[in-house]
Amino acid sequence: MRRTARGIAVLASATLALSVAACGGEDKAAEEQPKVDPASLTAELTWWDTSDPQNEGPAFQELIAKFNQTYPNVKINYQSVPFGEAQNKFKTAAQAKTGAPDILRAEVAWVPEFASLGYLYALDGSELLSDESDFLETPLASNKYDGKTYGVPQVTDSLALMYNKELLSKAGVSEPPKTWAELKTVSQTVKEKTGAEGVYLNPAGYFMLPFMYGEGGDLVDTGAKKIVVNSDQNAAGLKIAKDLIDSGAAAKPSANDSYGTMMTLFKEKKVAMIINGPWEVNNVKSAPTFGGLENLGIAPVPAGSARAGGPVGGHNYTIWSGMPQEKVDAAVAFVKYMSSAESQAFLSEKLGLLPTRKSAYQLAPVQNNAVVAAFQAVNEAAVGRPWIPEAGQFFGPLDQMATEVLIQNKDPKAALDTVAKKYKAEVVPGYGL
Amino acid sequence: MTTVTADPAPAPAPPGRSARPSWLRRSWEKHWYAWAMVLPVVIVLAVLIFYPLFRGIWLSFTNLTEANQVAEICTRSITGGEVCKDNPNKWEFVGLDNYLRVLTGEVGEFWQWTGTTLIWTFVCVACHFGLGLGLATMLNRPMRARGLYRVLLVLPWAVPAFVSAFAWKFIFNERFGLANAALSAVGIDPVSWFADRWTSLFTAIVTNIWLGVPFMMVALLGGMQTIPSELYEAAEIDGASAWQRFRSITLPGLRPVSMTVILLGTIWTFNMFPIIFLVTEGQPAGQSEILVTGAYRAAFEGIRNYSLSATYGVLILSILLVFSVFYRQALRKQGEVW
Repeated sequence: MRRTARGIAVLASATLALSVAACGGEDKAAEEQPKVDPASLTAELTWWDTSDPQNEGPAFQELIAKFNQTYPNVKINYQSVPFGEAQNKFKTAAQAKTGAPDILRAEVAWVPEFASLGYLYALDGSELLSDESDFLETPLASNKYDGKTYGVPQVTDSLALMYNKELLSKAGVSEPPKTWAELKTVSQTVKEKTGAEGVYLNPAGYFMLPFMYGEGGDLVDTGAKKIVVNSDQNAAGLKIAKDLIDSGAAAKPSANDSYGTMMTLFKEKKVAMIINGPWEVNNVKSAPTFGGLENLGIAPVPAGSARAGGPVGGHNYTIWSGMPQEKVDAAVAFVKYMSSAESQAFLSEKLGLLPTRKSAYQLAPVQNNAVVAAFQAVNEAAVGRPWIPEAGQFFGPLDQMATEVLIQNKDPKAALDTVAKKYKAEVVPGYGL
Repeated sequence: MTTVTADPAPAPAPPGRSARPSWLRRSWEKHWYAWAMVLPVVIVLAVLIFYPLFRGIWLSFTNLTEANQVAEICTRSITGGEVCKDNPNKWEFVGLDNYLRVLTGEVGEFWQWTGTTLIWTFVCVACHFGLGLGLATMLNRPMRARGLYRVLLVLPWAVPAFVSAFAWKFIFNERFGLANAALSAVGIDPVSWFADRWTSLFTAIVTNIWLGVPFMMVALLGGMQTIPSELYEAAEIDGASAWQRFRSITLPGLRPVSMTVILLGTIWTFNMFPIIFLVTEGQPAGQSEILVTGAYRAAFEGIRNYSLSATYGVLILSILLVFSVFYRQALRKQGEVW
């Protein structure tokens, strides 16, 4: 999850750069006429934004300025909080019942956890969920806990295969690989013909999920309350990843700082393919040596024997339960504005972020955005994660396992058995093995 | 050394004896000012040390976590109203469960972390002391630009630990780092520093040595300057060699200082959190984790586990207590008082 977060921050920054050229376009965020006079709403709201302050932040602040054109008396206190700190900071403040923000941009895995602790308003019955069916199902699912909905999806994302078009065509490869087997061949061809490395796999739990999902595996079965992380499917998926490294098709990953290494190598054209999310698009685009968006190919993650799919990530708007009741109307108006199809289209145009509303995908700025179009196919194949309060804790043991298998050559099945035991002892004691 | 002592402190009164109150009263009447003087210190110690300490020990016998700390969890609805439900698994007293789970390895890797911590502490302190002593000896004689050398050698101490940690982490970066570039330049294959438990620990130890030597050097240099120079002159007249002078004058003369700094260094290194946390991040796969970083990860990632972190705290404290008791005994045998 930590890695996801980092990735998301990077993504955010990348998308911002994309959008600069597109500024000034249609500002048609003419939202439907509110029932009450917007000027009569008076409140001061604090918003903790966890997006990248350099790349994404300004676009959100621009949106706030637009919001204030309609709601002049709702003052939004914009605070940029580093993604990595926000979760603990919010929990500490919410528990102390003071100092927490009225509105928080929460990562998808945080919402069930905060909700289970009573830190969030349940939004059922409010205007925010009146058009619930417009939201994409999977991102919305991350806001549900115990039958109630605690947030509104802001952006969604998933892992994709990102490739260097120039290197692939130099190697004589016209199509990005569609299966792991093809990925191996393409990698080896790239290595032989261009001298660059074929693919770099980040040895972290989150980045191993496409391999496990590809064989039909998962971490836990929330319906049957069963830990299934040590299934044969997952072991088979990890064997594919390990074979990529052992055969020399994939670069030898480092145990420490592998994410940064992966990005540096990709930006410097020393590796042709990586598996990463839309949050890195702007970073890659702005790299001086890479060759901009024209050189960046985006394709769904390669398929295993069962399917192709990456994990669903993203962020949601949530409202702190400690916020006084009299501010509710203003908070609802703000979140409603920020998550409207027009606002999502604006962010998509500016930053390349993926909207969470079906209607937003019908709007011109989204439809004309090549990055969004490329990631839309990716997101359709994305696999929902188990939305339970403990979900954030799944990745610590999984990260260890990834290092053990990919770097220290431990047997995948044995490593997964250890993960399963840790889940049972430390994460979800109520689940069966 | 002479110490000025007032009357011995009164012993606590055993309960239930009628003869005692008068004794207590007499003591109070005679020494009330002493009690009054001591009171602020007692209060400060109680608030800052004893209350947190005993609360921590108490927590380690419960299963308190962030999720089960409140008796009821209330969910506020945006449309007004609040639903409160009894917390189904409220925290409770669990006796020694936490200790059993930690010591049997059901949760975390206590014994591996302890082993790594002991190796880490021993190697670091030995190198700190050895290098610090060597540098202090070299600087403890007249030479040109001595002040400059001292300033340069103290510099690592002045740099914030996290800055040095990140710098060293980058030096050992497997692809872009200076260490592997230097190895390649002399024709040695680059090393995957963080792929193996021992090379990974090595990077952290190197970082910590770089950080810790200045303190030892300054402390020992201070100690050396208190050794009377007459001793050296007399030894020289008697024909003692430099090595003999070092062994028979410098080392014994330094003992009061070195015993203290070794004890301090041991405790600091044992609990040195940032270096392992930032340089190796516990890689590979948690194998270079020491007790404090392992306990941090176990307790503060995800839903915070207060009782488990308290258990680790008590265990770490006990290890250090045992160490200090043995250390004090060893010192007392040598006739040191501190």
